[in-house]
Amino acid sequence: MIEATGVSKFYGARRALSDVSFSIAAGEVVGFLGLNGAGKTTVLKVLCGLLVPSSGKVTVDGVDGIEAPRELRKRIGFLPDRPPLFPEMTVRQMVAYAARLCGLPAERVDRRVAEVLELCGIAEVADDLIEWLSHGYRQRVGIAIAVAHEPKLVVLDEPISGLDPAQIVAMRGLIRGLKEKHTVLISSHILSEISHTCDRILVLHQGRMVAQGTEATLASGVSPLVEIVARGQLADVAKAELAHLEGVAELEAADAGDGLVRLRARLASDAARELFVATLVQRGFGVRTVGDVEAGLESVFLKLTKGAEA
Amino acid sequence: MTTALLIARRELRGYFSSSSGWIILAVLLLLDGLAFNAFAMAGEKKSFDVLQNFFYWHSGATMVASVFIAMRLFAEEKQLGTLVLLEASPAREAEVVLGKFLGAWAFLLLFLVASLYLPILVMVNGKVTVGHLFAGYLGLAMLGAACIAIGAFMSSLAPNQVAAAVLAGAVVVALVLAWLVARNIDGVLGDVVGWLDLFDKHYRTFSRGTVKLSSVVYYGALTYGFLLATVAVLGARRWRG
Repeated sequence: MIEATGVSKFYGARRALSDVSFSIAAGEVVGFLGLNGAGKTTVLKVLCGLLVPSSGKVTVDGVDGIEAPRELRKRIGFLPDRPPLFPEMTVRQMVAYAARLCGLPAERVDRRVAEVLELCGIAEVADDLIEWLSHGYRQRVGIAIAVAHEPKLVVLDEPISGLDPAQIVAMRGLIRGLKEKHTVLISSHILSEISHTCDRILVLHQGRMVAQGTEATLASGVSPLVEIVARGQLADVAKAELAHLEGVAELEAADAGDGLVRLRARLASDAARELFVATLVQRGFGVRTVGDVEAGLESVFLKLTKGAEA
Repeated sequence: MTTALLIARRELRGYFSSSSGWIILAVLLLLDGLAFNAFAMAGEKKSFDVLQNFFYWHSGATMVASVFIAMRLFAEEKQLGTLVLLEASPAREAEVVLGKFLGAWAFLLLFLVASLYLPILVMVNGKVTVGHLFAGYLGLAMLGAACIAIGAFMSSLAPNQVAAAVLAGAVVVALVLAWLVARNIDGVLGDVVGWLDLFDKHYRTFSRGTVKLSSVVYYGALTYGFLLATVAVLGARRWRG
């Protein structure tokens, strides 16, 4: 469905993307993960035909972005980080305008607009002016205009940015709903969102693709960071012994006050976690809490980005 | 062409729904009426001269209106982040520019139509020909088209509307004053600069009720040239980012 091969982009002398390659199959929901400034938006713009790459090639549904940019853009619906909405238009007018602009035949517009309003949960505000809408509704209208011309690929740049928790849950449902008819590519720096919404993850760091795969694939080989708070004296912690236990990758210990000690360790498996806690108990520590400091994807992301910097 | 008309319709709707569009229209019509009374109607004149004076003063309002109308074309969309909707669509850059130009020009024509009552008063109370009226308004429409094209180009370059208006105003003033510069240049170069004059060389004949083909070609070429340059600026955005 989407093939990006060796895509690089320079802004003057600055290299924003370096030899980025990936492919996405039809019907997938794929997340683009990266820190701010990693090059996510640049990749999306290249993919959508908004930017011409300095080198490399992008094809969507077999259409080459350099040779046939208009054909490429017909196949893509793009929601940038700020939805491109005209405040003086009603929601219905805005969606119809976007659909016509992107090549939907006039005779099909009314029916398609009704479908999209329903799909995006904005039918009740269809005749409201966009300037009256909340941020959450504007994001939904943004998605509506991205899918109005029935594109094969929908590209969403930071779709949940600025939404409240209820709106985030609703947006997740909406994005998953798009999967039925579209391939979806989402960019975000919010790991939990990518984790909740996407089938597969592409990790971009400093303009380079540092990893790609499912969350489980990426997480294999990366130990989560676990924090343990226990009653006992810092001096009593046999750090060397704990650090040499099987499955312990890193270990830090600090005084937490009130006779408590805080230990942070990277533990490779549940067995390593059990062994670590059991050893503490054997040494007379009263274990109060055991918890993950980083969720799995956070650990993966930090390891990948640190690894790429090294 | 369908895409250009679609964009033109939205653009025109944008002018009607924004207060700035109405304010530009109202203020310039007011100043136009005052100038008509203070200058065109002043003293004993033949109706031909009154109409010629009207077209002279109205051209100033038309140039100012064109610059203000055109300043928002691309600069506002860049500020609002809505230009990406056009850039991500399959519309060609030429269709985008033509659509925006047509929308802005249609709004200017509305301004010109709204001023028709002044020359009609002269027609009713004096002796002027419909041909004079037609030629004068054709000149205004073409002068306005050229100024809007200049404004569109500057709007595509400038980061905001104020900068776009200042840059476009500077180019228009420079072209209006080209005859002054031409007087001080000898030879072919002086002729070329003189021919580039936006107002004195080309507009005055329209205001006297005469349509000169060379002036029609001049305004057409100026409009086309600046619109083409605007297309190039939009195309370059895909390379620059």
